[in-house]
Amino acid sequence: MSGRGGVWVYAERRGDAFRPVSLEILGRAREVAEGLGEPLVALTAGQDEGVGDELAQYGADQVVVIAHPLLSRYDTRVFTGLLERELRAHSPSVLLLGATRDGQDLAGRLAVRLRTGLTAHVTSLEVASDHRLVGWVPGFGGGIEAGITCPDRQPSIVTVRPGVFPMPTPGPGGGAVRVVRPSLDEAEFGSRRIAFEPNGDAVDLTRSDVLVVGGRGTGGDFARLQRLALLIGGEVGATRVAADAGWVEHERMIGQTGVVTRPKVVIVLGASGAVQFTVGIDKAGYVIAVNRDPEAPIFEAADLGIVGDLAPIVDQLVKDLGAV
Amino acid sequence: MRLVVCLKVVPRPEEVRVDRATKTLDRAGVRSVINPADLTALEAALRLRELHGGRVTALSMGPPSFVPYLRVAIAVGADAAVLLSDRAFGGADTLATSYTLAAGVRSMGGADLVLCGDESSDGGTSQVPQGVAEWLGYSQATYVDRLEHPSAGTVRARRVLEDGTETLELPLPAVVSVLGGTTEVRFVDYDRWAMAQAADVEVIDATSLGADPGSIGLRGSPTVVAGLREVHKPGRRRELVTLEPAAAAVRVEEALRRLGVPRSEERSPSPSEPSSA
Repeated sequence: MSGRGGVWVYAERRGDAFRPVSLEILGRAREVAEGLGEPLVALTAGQDEGVGDELAQYGADQVVVIAHPLLSRYDTRVFTGLLERELRAHSPSVLLLGATRDGQDLAGRLAVRLRTGLTAHVTSLEVASDHRLVGWVPGFGGGIEAGITCPDRQPSIVTVRPGVFPMPTPGPGGGAVRVVRPSLDEAEFGSRRIAFEPNGDAVDLTRSDVLVVGGRGTGGDFARLQRLALLIGGEVGATRVAADAGWVEHERMIGQTGVVTRPKVVIVLGASGAVQFTVGIDKAGYVIAVNRDPEAPIFEAADLGIVGDLAPIVDQLVKDLGAV
Repeated sequence: MRLVVCLKVVPRPEEVRVDRATKTLDRAGVRSVINPADLTALEAALRLRELHGGRVTALSMGPPSFVPYLRVAIAVGADAAVLLSDRAFGGADTLATSYTLAAGVRSMGGADLVLCGDESSDGGTSQVPQGVAEWLGYSQATYVDRLEHPSAGTVRARRVLEDGTETLELPLPAVVSVLGGTTEVRFVDYDRWAMAQAADVEVIDATSLGADPGSIGLRGSPTVVAGLREVHKPGRRRELVTLEPAAAAVRVEEALRRLGVPRSEERSPSPSEPSSA
């Protein structure tokens, strides 16, 4: 299946910078491209023409910059059309995107436009012995992951969770940059943006050294967790169940569809330990888990597991630490 | 408004166990639920109907055993329910699933607005709504927590992004994926329960749907599961203790101290520690 169209990475712009996940993917894609014996091509779309060299420095052999003043904001219809044109013209074997909200919005639409396969939210990428790209996705319920390929259609579209690959160090660059200047007008946009409200105090759990994470077993009492987090200089995080229950903002959701964190220590309270959650704490330095059920899978993913009720334990911790 | 809500029936995540020997999912005895985010989408549809009138149809794809779940959707408030059910639909990935659901919407004569949960709690690809939109040629907004219908032919959707929210105005027809948990979902209406049990859930097979055999099920699914393996987990110490709260707290404090957490200068002020320190 390996064509010479290359391994393509869609580098998503946000404001006047690339999304970190796009650069993380470039680092890993460099190795994937070498494994497949294909060139690495970075593709971006935005208002700035001059951003190509940066992508070359992160390892791209070739860079395609689609530039137009109207591309300062993402629009499903316009971006899908622009990428479709490039992909049809160059037939890459693989297209990788960051699993950001806009990245997912685009990938899902584009995959159907091109009638091709999509593997979402992968946490690792490997080149199999038959020269196929395999995207690994944590499986249901814990313990296993599934390797997904797209053997017969191209490109194989894959979205990658932020934080799973390390940020590469930029090199000297030097890859060829091609700038595409499409003609565009407002009428081609599929939507009109009538408001944007930035998050006041944006939480970024990927930058926190200490996390206190609650799951279903908290029963929604995140104020208790917040008190503990405050005392140990940490942030509060949550499992999907807790975030979906509306107990905390979705930005605090950890795991397969939330954020992948790398704290020094994480205290996990009342979470069963489904693999979709634990992938988000696997890179933690030390994991402490409290759960009432001694059989809970979370204890398999913990350095220190405590069987017990979380409320009195947290209250005791708050009392002890607050009194220091 | 003609509103269609796509519902997926998923196993309860906490009940699925992995058979470590066969590396397969043990679903025996596992109960199922309507995917939580899809119930949020249903709620959003019901609220739009209350404000603007119209009809809400629940749409799902799966075996005949899903019919009772569609009755739950009717009991919650849907006017009608359609189940796309055929062995030929089995093994579908997101491309084939979105094709089939889109064909289901077409079989109703189309819709003004199709609502989906942003993601299913089992598959979790978060890609089907966008796929449905593309197959139908509808506009789309994903990860939406607020929906309005300000004027004929448009929908206003607030998308929740990593760094803020953006409010978009889209032309109808459109597909919207609704973030789970962003709206309180109403309880089953018990006055409707008996009616729902007797309600007619329309079951449509591949032939009646007029589906292209090459676009459904396994044949219509370009992705392949090439392998399953145990998740490579970092080596954890897995020390497990059962302790009273006081002793448990001491163990945690010891661990935190050893890890240098919190560094004393970072500790937030407490009554015994003036903030000017």
